[in-house]
Amino acid sequence: MSLLNQYFSVFVQGFGHTLLASIIALIGSLVLGTLFAIMQVSSSKTGRIIGNIYVQVFRNIPLLIITLFLYLAVAKVIKMTGFVAGTVGLTLYTSAFIAESVRAGILSIEAGQMEGARANGLTFNQAMRVIILPQAFKVAIPSLGNQFINLVKNSSILAFVGGLDLMYQGNLVAASSFDTFTTYIIIGVFYLVITMPLSYYVQHLETKLKKKA
Amino acid sequence: MSGFFSAFTEANLGYLMGGLGITVGVSIISVVLSLIFGSIIGIVFFEKIPYFSSFVGTINNIVRNLPLLLIIFFTYFALPQLGLHLPIFWATVVAMTVFQSAMLAEIVRGGLEAVDVGQFEGARANGLTNMQTMWHIVLPQAYKKMIPPIISQLISLVKDTSLASGIVLAELTYRGQIIYAQNTNFIVPVLVVMTLVYFLLNYGLSLIAKWFDHKLA
Repeated sequence: MSLLNQYFSVFVQGFGHTLLASIIALIGSLVLGTLFAIMQVSSSKTGRIIGNIYVQVFRNIPLLIITLFLYLAVAKVIKMTGFVAGTVGLTLYTSAFIAESVRAGILSIEAGQMEGARANGLTFNQAMRVIILPQAFKVAIPSLGNQFINLVKNSSILAFVGGLDLMYQGNLVAASSFDTFTTYIIIGVFYLVITMPLSYYVQHLETKLKKKA
Repeated sequence: MSGFFSAFTEANLGYLMGGLGITVGVSIISVVLSLIFGSIIGIVFFEKIPYFSSFVGTINNIVRNLPLLLIIFFTYFALPQLGLHLPIFWATVVAMTVFQSAMLAEIVRGGLEAVDVGQFEGARANGLTNMQTMWHIVLPQAYKKMIPPIISQLISLVKDTSLASGIVLAELTYRGQIIYAQNTNFIVPVLVVMTLVYFLLNYGLSLIAKWFDHKLA
């Protein structure tokens, strides 16, 4: 416990960066993921192709490769810190999974809803925004919650690019205190503080949805 | 363009492909082990043994909610402090197996719960023991439904092996890093080729999952 006292500010700084990266990436990937989901179900052929390619590519390559690409190659053209590269990588990667969750949500909504909205004079975009998406998100919430838990865990990727997050600071503390075991246990508890409540909440939502069905 | 391909001398390509071999090796061994452990834990959940099941469930939840990267570092750097020294390859396999077993246990539980109760009752009424019912009647049906989610876990396992480059396991990602460390002009070509290799591997797996999905539906 003396380790926790001695390095408390370092741990808290790391926790702050992890939380900040997670929140930024969550908002970014929700917006981006929803956009790609809409493209995938749209009537435009180009839209569907672009949406599908994006989702397939980003789902099937490691987050580490995306992050390294941003940090080593893209950062040569557009200056960015490790924290930014990691957070952008996290956003791009997670948005592919969120697109899948939202798309499944949209497809679960009866086709009659869209037809009815269109017949009543709404455009595709209006019908999507006002009628379909609000219902689709309700269906997709448990799966979105799981994606958010994954996002928080995956934010540890920032450690690879000097992103100042919990994992990064933990490695520094481990290296200077030589007490690797205690350090990683403390880091683990910090992660669990975020992920455990989320995970129980998602489980609660899932059982609630199951009872309704 | 010639600059792009100059990164791929025969030696470098051979070195990268050797890394792919280690990536695939870690993935296959880990998935087989985690299927075994994940099934055992999943059955423990399903059987709802008083106290024991909820105890295992709590441990499982803790493991599932930790970053895999932390588990890998813990296995390789912290366990030696307790006197447990694992070679780097096996440290990765152990970390992957612990993490994936926790994931697969949830899938196995879900698969078992999806099997009709009548199947248990019928088997028991016909004189099979509990173990026999599980082994001959329930598990085969459950596994059939679980094939697609198990393949998606395999995909994330293949991707996650790249994290082992953090403890310097010489798998695909690490070997790519070694190659472009010699010449910064190699960064983009090497990353592009690594992306392609991972993509082809995982997209192939996802097509297999889709095929099973259609066949089973």
